[in-house]
Order: sequence, then C-alpha cells, then structure tokens
Amino acid sequence: MDYLLSDEQKMIKELAHKIAEEKIRPAAAKYDISEEYPWEVLKVMAESDMFGLFIPEEYGGCATSVFNLCLATEEFSRACGGIAVCYAASALGTFPIVLFGNDEQKKKYLPDLAKGKKVAAFAITEPEAGSDASGIKTVAKKEGNHYVLNGLKHFITNGGDAETYVVIAMTDKTKGARGASAFIVEKGTPGFTFGKKEDKFGIRASSTRELVFTDCKIPAENLLAKEGMGFIVTMRTFDMSRPGVAAQALGIAQGALELAVKYVHQRVQFGKAISSFQGIQWMLADMATEVEAARGLVYSTARMVDAGVKDVSKESAMAKMYASDVAMKVTVDALQLFGGYGYMKDYPIEKYVRDAKITQIYEGTNQVQRGIIALKLIKEMAK
Amino acid sequence: MNIIVCIKQVPETTEVRINPETNTLMREGVKSIINPFDMYAIEEAIRLKERFGGKVTVVTMGPPQAESALREAISMGADEGYLVGDRAFAGSDTWATSYTLAGAIKKINQINVANNSLADSGKGHGIDLILCGKQASDGDTAQVGPGISTHLNIPQVTYVKKIEEVKEGMMRLERMLEEGYEIIETSLPALLTVVKEINEPRIPSLKGLMRAKSAKITALTQKELNLDPQQIGLCGSPTQVVKIFTPKPRAGGQILKGEIPDITKQLVDLIKDEVN
Repeated sequence: MDYLLSDEQKMIKELAHKIAEEKIRPAAAKYDISEEYPWEVLKVMAESDMFGLFIPEEYGGCATSVFNLCLATEEFSRACGGIAVCYAASALGTFPIVLFGNDEQKKKYLPDLAKGKKVAAFAITEPEAGSDASGIKTVAKKEGNHYVLNGLKHFITNGGDAETYVVIAMTDKTKGARGASAFIVEKGTPGFTFGKKEDKFGIRASSTRELVFTDCKIPAENLLAKEGMGFIVTMRTFDMSRPGVAAQALGIAQGALELAVKYVHQRVQFGKAISSFQGIQWMLADMATEVEAARGLVYSTARMVDAGVKDVSKESAMAKMYASDVAMKVTVDALQLFGGYGYMKDYPIEKYVRDAKITQIYEGTNQVQRGIIALKLIKEMAK
Repeated sequence: MNIIVCIKQVPETTEVRINPETNTLMREGVKSIINPFDMYAIEEAIRLKERFGGKVTVVTMGPPQAESALREAISMGADEGYLVGDRAFAGSDTWATSYTLAGAIKKINQINVANNSLADSGKGHGIDLILCGKQASDGDTAQVGPGISTHLNIPQVTYVKKIEEVKEGMMRLERMLEEGYEIIETSLPALLTVVKEINEPRIPSLKGLMRAKSAKITALTQKELNLDPQQIGLCGSPTQVVKIFTPKPRAGGQILKGEIPDITKQLVDLIKDEVN
C-alpha cells in the first residue's frame, strides 16, 4: 500500500532499512544469545542521525516527529525487535524532557541524546505498580536545594546502559496520583545503583534492569515540570511513545511475514514449492492483510500525534493493541509455515515469536488498552 | 588534505548480461550502484579529511544518471561532485577513460585555484591524493586508476590495504600482495587504488542525505575539458572488443591409479598420445 510518504520520509525509511539489513540483521542472533547491549549497532544508528528523529533541531536533532520515529522503529524491528527496542526506549526516556523540560534542561540533556552519545530510559514501573501506577512507592523528599530519592524501579528497559533516566517518584503520598513528580536522574549519581538484570523470553538484546535509589540526592533543578505533574508527564509521554511500540510490533510482524513468504517459496514438498498450496496461500493472504491493516492504524495515529491532535489516547491504544495482537498472530503463523525447521533456533523465525510477545504486555497490557478504548467509547456516547 | 576520489557507477547484479550483438553491457532494468571497491576509496578519503581537514571531491565519468552515485558519495561525507559526461566520450575504453578523467582532474584543479578554495601546492595539481577502488566490479580491468596516474605523471600505488603514516608531502602505505604485503613510501601527490581490507564504508547520515539531495553537481563536458579529439571516446580507444564469451569450464582431470611404476608408464603413454 502506498502511504504517500514525503521525500524526507522515504529517505528516513530507506536509511533505516539499510541500517537494518546491513548492521542489525547480521547481528540479531548474536545479541539474542549473549544478551549483550548492542552498542555497536546503536553507534551506527547514532552516526546516521537516527536518535535525532525525536529531538527538536535547536537541540541538535532533526525535529521531533513520531511518524518518522515509527518509520525507523518499524524498519529496525523487521530485522530485530530487541535491538529496535533499545533505540525506541531511548525515545521513551527522551520524550518527557522534550515535552516538559525547561530550556536549561533541554540544553543540558538533549544534544547528547540527539547524537546518540548517551541513551535514555523512562522509569515508572515498580514491583507493585505495573498497570496500576497509583501503587508507586518510590519517594522523593525535598531537602533544601535537593530531592532525596528512595525506592526501587524494576523492568526498566535500557536500565544500566542508559545515562539519562526520567524517574517517577511520589513527592506527596497523601495526594495519590496528583502527588507524583518526574525527575531527571543521571547515571553515576551517588545512591543510584542497579539491581537484577532480567533474563528474558524475547527482546534479549535489550537490557531490562532494576534501578535502586538509596538516599539518592539529586539537584532540585532536575525536577521536570512541577511537583505533582508526574502522571501528566507520564500520560503525555505514553501518548507519544505508544505509536512507537505499535511500530515495533508492526515491524516484527512484517519481518516474520517476509521470512515466511520467502521460505514457502523455496520449500519443496510433494514435488512443488509449498507456496503453490492453497492452504499456505490463504495463511499468507490473511497475514499480509492484517499487517497492512495494522500499518494503516499505526501510521494514521502517528500522523495525528504529529499534527497536534489533543486527545489521541483511544487511537494510540487501538494502534498499540491491534499491531501487537497482529504481531503475535503473524509470527506464530510464520513459524507454522516454517514447519519443524521453524521450531529450531538455527532458523530466525522462533525469535520473532519471542520478540513479539512483549509488545502485547509493555507500555500498558492489551487488556488495559482495551479498557482505555472502551471507556472512551462509553464517554463519547454519553456526551 | 585535498583528495579526489574517482568512482564508477556499475550494475548491482554480479551477473552482468552482455548484448551478444554489440558486445556491450546491458544496463536496462538493472539497479545501479557505486562500484563496491570505490566505496572503500570514498570512505578512506572521508577518514583522511576527518583527520587532517581539507576537501573530498568525487568524480565520475558516465551518463547523466551517474549523478546519483556522486550524491551518494556526498551523503557519506564528500564535499562536492563532478560528472564528466559527453556524447564525445561514449565508447571509451580504459585508455580513453583514464585520459579523460586525468583531463577532468586537471580542470577541477584549475577551478579550485580560480575559486581560491584551494591554494595550488606548487606541485602542479594542488591535489594531494587521488583515490580509486582497485577495479570496477563490471569490467574488472583495474586499469583506469593506474592510467590516470600515468596521464598525470604522478606516482601510483595499487592494492593499498592500509595508510600507515601521512607526513608532509609523503605517505607510507601497506600494499597487498598475494601472500602478505609490502610497505611503500610515496611522495605526494599520488594515486592510490584501495582494496576492501582498508576499511568498512560507513552508512550515510540523515543530515548527509539531505545535504546530498541539494548539493550542486558540476558537469564537465568536452567543451570545458577541450581534450584531444583523437584520444577520447570510441576513436581514442585502442581496445576493440571482438567477442565476449563465458569460457567453457575446464574438463575434469584424470586420476591415475596403481603402483608407481604403472602410473609412470601410463603417464608417459598419455603424454606420447597427446604429442602425437
């Protein structure tokens, strides 16, 4: 389908495609096994200005565009969902500063993030605060010109490898959701250490780690926006980043579909390529149609975000939920088309199944997304 | 350091088809790319510029569509591009091509000096270095690079795998041999052809791509170059392609078996048969 991309968008897509094919795909299996952080690949992305796609020009980026970020994330994910998420998670950690940072904060942090010299991470999740963010226990207490952070964040993507963290902590527990605030915390700050690194089912090239804050003193100027705006920062950030997760799912699905089409064309049984069998053809047709439908949702939502449409929570939820459900279904079907070979780690397809699964879970499980969509429908009807 | 990189646009496929009637390459429907060996030359030039400053100029001789190869080189970090093209240059063999490119390089130097963008180093060219890939992936002759240096009367070092040291007016290089390498020192300006061992070409940046999109490509035709008409194009090309064919695969050998005296006798008989 032709999405009538501009010349600049085509350029970004082609460049990301080149990086994916030349640098990501050949390294995907290696990082999946070793669980090392793919610095080498991120360096190539950085030198190609890919980290600038979500940062304004005046701070060294190429203008913030969720659509461009989605194009790049989709292409990277076609080759490896794990390496792609290291990139996309840096966007997630950068958005709060782009959206809510004051000029000084932007000048201090964005240029290095735009050049990919440093990567960012966003930390809200805690052991007892997943989908229910009101359960956050990490506290930030103001003491003179400082805040003192205490608590534990877990499942933090880019944890340990990122230099710049945006951390949500409670400044006033009595106020519930209105008592949360967002802070920029730099790696190396005394009292800020890293805990357990998770051993994951998929996206194994990315690091997922605990952040531990023990009397961690940060300067008061590291507060983003104002005290009590932590959840607003989070919601606005997720509105920007959710299409990116959807694009990741879309890319994983597209990558698996391409591998499957190629395979069934080569695989000969009963004297013919198995692509000549109707049972196989129907599977391919369904997979391709679903991927295209997901792409339509993702691109439309990303364009809405860039156009500045105020409330995109329903569309963002739809794009993330649908694209990740498609990714799960399409990768499982792709593996099925590979038959017994697909089940073996010598073939690349089983990794797509593992990488797809997380997209149904993180940045709001698909059950939570359905809740958002349904609530919105009911509200709209009641108007 | 002011560097010229000579590049060639070639068909992407390694399976080049030949028109059986004209014995020329059939380019229709095949995507064009920068000759892969030239990518290493571009990369090396950009790395030298990053270390020592200066300017990287890419030059190609070819049809108008070869402009895209120049833009790709600019997206990687080259500064400017020259497209050498004219109907009068059509049908050039490696001799005429290297003569024409040498003429173009002299002209580029004149332009640079006139623009004061480069001071003439007094060595006749104002250019410190000319880089080429070791050969083109379509013709595989490896003759154009050395030809250019001969026409310009500057030293050439082929199959360079490493630039060890750069000093004022001099370079120390590792030149690849079949087994091992030799170390060569050359005065500058010089022409080097490079092998793939020298570096890993970079992927362009987005900003580079945007710059390349609007970069000015200067056309150089026979009018600007004013070359000897007897030495350009088809009539300046001593090479005449009589026939292009795929050689027949060599027939399999014969293994003689038995005791050594038997084998010796068999072998002698076979040679005798062959002689007779």
